[in-house]
Amino acid sequence: MGLFTRDTQAIFWNNNRSAIQRMLDYDYIIKREKPSVAAIVAPTSSNKFDKFFFGTEEVMIPIYRSTEEAAKAHPNADVLLNFASFRTAYDVTMDALRFPQFKTIMITAEGIPERLARIMNKTAKDKGVLIIGPATVGAITPGAFKVANIGGTIENIVKSKLHRPGSCGLVTRSGGLFNELSNIIALNADGIADGVAIGGDRFVGSVFIDHLLRMEKDPNVKYMLLLGEVGGREEYKVIEAVKNGQITKPVIGWCIGTIAEHFSSGVQFGHAGASANADEETAVAKNRAMKEAGIHVPDSFNDLPHVIKGVYEQLKGEGVIQDIEEPEVPPIPEDYAKALKAGKIRKPKNFICTISDDRGEEATYAGYPISSVATPDTGKTIGDVISLLWFKKVYPRWAVDFIETVIKTVADHGPAVSGAHNAKVTARAGKSVVESLVTGLLTIGPRFGGAIDGAAKYFKYAHDNNMSPKEFVNYMKKQGIPIPGIGHRIKSVRNPDKRVEGLKKFAAEHFPATPLLDYALEVEKLTTSKKDNLILNVDGTIGILMVDMWRALGYSEEEIDEFIESGTLNSFFILGRTIGFIGHVLDEKRLGMPMYRHPFDDILYDVQKAEEIK
Amino acid sequence: MAQRAIREYDGKRLFAENWDKYFAPLKYPFESVLVTSGEELKKKAEEPGFEWLKQKPLVAKPDMLFGKRGKNNLVLFKINKPGDVTLEDAAKWIDEKRNQETTLLSGQKGVLTHFIVEPFTPHSEDEEYYIAATTLDENYDVLYMSAHGGVEVEENWDKVVEVKIPIDASDEEIEKIIKENIPADIPEDKKETYANFAVNFYKFFRDLNFAYLEINPVVIVGDNVYLLDLVARLDDTAGFMMKDVWGDVEFPTPFGMPEKSPEEEAIAEADAKSGASLKLTVLNPKGRIWTLVAGGGASVVYADTIADLAGGVEDLANYGEYSGGPTTDETRFYTETVLDLMTREKDPEGRDKILIIGGAIANFTDVAKTFTGIIQAFEKYADKMKDVGTRIYVRRGGPNYEKGLKDIKEAADRLGLPIKVFGPETHITDIVRMAIEDDKAKA
Repeated sequence: MGLFTRDTQAIFWNNNRSAIQRMLDYDYIIKREKPSVAAIVAPTSSNKFDKFFFGTEEVMIPIYRSTEEAAKAHPNADVLLNFASFRTAYDVTMDALRFPQFKTIMITAEGIPERLARIMNKTAKDKGVLIIGPATVGAITPGAFKVANIGGTIENIVKSKLHRPGSCGLVTRSGGLFNELSNIIALNADGIADGVAIGGDRFVGSVFIDHLLRMEKDPNVKYMLLLGEVGGREEYKVIEAVKNGQITKPVIGWCIGTIAEHFSSGVQFGHAGASANADEETAVAKNRAMKEAGIHVPDSFNDLPHVIKGVYEQLKGEGVIQDIEEPEVPPIPEDYAKALKAGKIRKPKNFICTISDDRGEEATYAGYPISSVATPDTGKTIGDVISLLWFKKVYPRWAVDFIETVIKTVADHGPAVSGAHNAKVTARAGKSVVESLVTGLLTIGPRFGGAIDGAAKYFKYAHDNNMSPKEFVNYMKKQGIPIPGIGHRIKSVRNPDKRVEGLKKFAAEHFPATPLLDYALEVEKLTTSKKDNLILNVDGTIGILMVDMWRALGYSEEEIDEFIESGTLNSFFILGRTIGFIGHVLDEKRLGMPMYRHPFDDILYDVQKAEEIK
Repeated sequence: MAQRAIREYDGKRLFAENWDKYFAPLKYPFESVLVTSGEELKKKAEEPGFEWLKQKPLVAKPDMLFGKRGKNNLVLFKINKPGDVTLEDAAKWIDEKRNQETTLLSGQKGVLTHFIVEPFTPHSEDEEYYIAATTLDENYDVLYMSAHGGVEVEENWDKVVEVKIPIDASDEEIEKIIKENIPADIPEDKKETYANFAVNFYKFFRDLNFAYLEINPVVIVGDNVYLLDLVARLDDTAGFMMKDVWGDVEFPTPFGMPEKSPEEEAIAEADAKSGASLKLTVLNPKGRIWTLVAGGGASVVYADTIADLAGGVEDLANYGEYSGGPTTDETRFYTETVLDLMTREKDPEGRDKILIIGGAIANFTDVAKTFTGIIQAFEKYADKMKDVGTRIYVRRGGPNYEKGLKDIKEAADRLGLPIKVFGPETHITDIVRMAIEDDKAKA
């Protein structure tokens, strides 16, 4: 019996997606019926399952918060693949040992404290549970079950004949060299029947002899290969077993680390477990002792292939090993991302983005890394960010400053305006910031805040069409529309709006020219001559100056019309006023005001009895 | 790493900091200082709490992870007669010793830099006990106890009692096992004190994650315990749990071992910051064969094979590895460091330098990605590599290896660097054979 069968199922501790996908890909090419991963344990996950490919289809693998839940729900899963970090791997193993269903626990973490590793290994041994690792890539029974990443990519697995049983039993310490050995065995013999990388830490749960004795009894294993390492005495247990006849099948052996001979001390060659404390722990001494015991030992690692070939061909000649009929391997559908990267496939895009890009090392705003515009030392402001993200241009300083001035100017206008009122009422109904905010924002439109758009639109229309101020006033009168951007509730010629004064002053000092504002001021002269408060108000000034700004920046009239039509001007108001609305909502939250109910006496009730229609 | 030696001073500091928890009502008068010069010692004597340096006769010895200091004549405990060493004497002695190279009986050579200074504790030889513990075996710890401590303990090893303590033993079991095995030749009136000390010594050893701890000798006078000489190794993998208990513990380079070169230091620093593994040891900076090998096991196999096929190690310049999926940048930095070292000097005999870019079949490291880092380093060092005459041999497999091999071949051809490139169909170390055979063909 190999270590695993085609029915073996594992619980995978930690949602290591790529390793799990590789297991399912393996299952698919060897045509397993059930996926080899029954469940995932992920203590911090809020998902109930994760999706993985099984060939071209997708399967759902359940996720549990604890090993206990997973074990209860999947009583047939007898392998735990412990992919926890070195900090928690011990706790995960000890926890799993409470459940007798686990027969094998594989631990990948490297550098578990030695005392904890020893306790973990001993506890498992006392309970008859096989530990593989720590510090390993795991084990494989070709054609039945493969642990996580062992064997590498699917292409390599097929090349190294790890997708179907061969006749060698392979045990290594190193995980990287396990793949290599599988490849060498596939090139020079017929692949492996069972294989384990026992792990590189000083104290591992199962050692060479444990696996070799198991393989001795496994009829599918015809000969064995042991790849040891300098340090420790584990190889001597194997030598002893060969000498006393416990192992009768041919064994090929090699210990790496012969280089250590040449250096007195201090240089650590290889794994934590790999340092010779005594002469007989050196690689050279162990290789010599193996050879003396009748194990097939090459003269150097470079000669290992010849030794493997020799043993394999002899066993084949003796009829111990038969020819293998190679199974058909269904192709694994190529991964979309990989195929795309390789330029093999294409697909039409559903969305287009022309303003920002988050695919590189750092996300960019219209080609500028965020860090280049974010911190104060860059000298950039919100106005710069708006010029990049809204207009995909780097505006000159005066334009950026103007945008910023507009944002600040429209940020709030007190609690009584309809948007702020709505936001406050919603906040008092116990809704969240975002819910309260949008109820405020939803009032912005033709009547509330819309004057910016309207002013820009109508003044520009009049100006473009060379209407005199008088013609324009008459035109609007004929249309029956009050001129947008004209008029204020209290402010007047004698009591001017300071915000408007500020904007006008800034424009006069910094704008190259303000033809539309100049025109609007002529219009204002006419309107204020009729009524004192029909002044150019703040919304009007902003809308009109925006048009002047764009003209000065070299935009065509068509482009500016498109800005107005697409609601760009209104956007300045929405953005600025959001600051104020959020202020009102947070204010309500802090005040803890109760739900608002409008008083009866503020409502004119005029309810007639409904007329019945027959 | 795993088990790493600490200074005697740090070992005693750990005892002192945890004394009451383990050893009360016994007392440990912790009077030790660690200094690097006579001047530092004299300065220390002026600090509050260190008046004893001026008041008591002193003992001074190097604290640099090597033993047999007495036999090496490196313990200052007398000028004319034992116990007459003053602060001035100790300071003068330290300054003498630290300014010259010292060769130990073992043949290790180096400059002494760190000294431990303590009060002289008069005691008779039969008060010198021995105690040690180790984690050598997977199933049990071993506690060593003897009534015959001191410099001759090895000669008296047959009198040492070895007690095996199962790693999962409960405190009661531990107590029972140890108390049943107290050496018979410990005097009756000291037996109970020694036994209690031994039990708590083991618990201290276990709880603080020591891998090895030896006190030789330990002297018990009344309630006072004197730890006269101490050797200790900690299991540094437990560091993440022991941060608060260990405090600022130092893992020094063993005496006689060359300090790390700046290049090795830089790689070690990059390694500490990275989730991947980057290791570099320069064996011979004038060596001709340089290796850039992915993976811990593979790096050993390449070093083995170079020694086997090149007839020794004088040509082997470095040992090291990059693995665990390093980023392109990390690989570039690692490669640049190796190339920089390799191209500093031409071979005195005018032979080519050989660069082995090797590795097994990777499990998950993206070969093309790591090779991009190597190629970037080639671009920077191509001229220098040509100056010293570099031949490159590549062998690698794993995710995306075809692209990696194609890219590196194209880059080397473009830069005019001689290169041979192989994938998993070629035996992992066969490029070493090819490199050496090409040498012979050239010569």
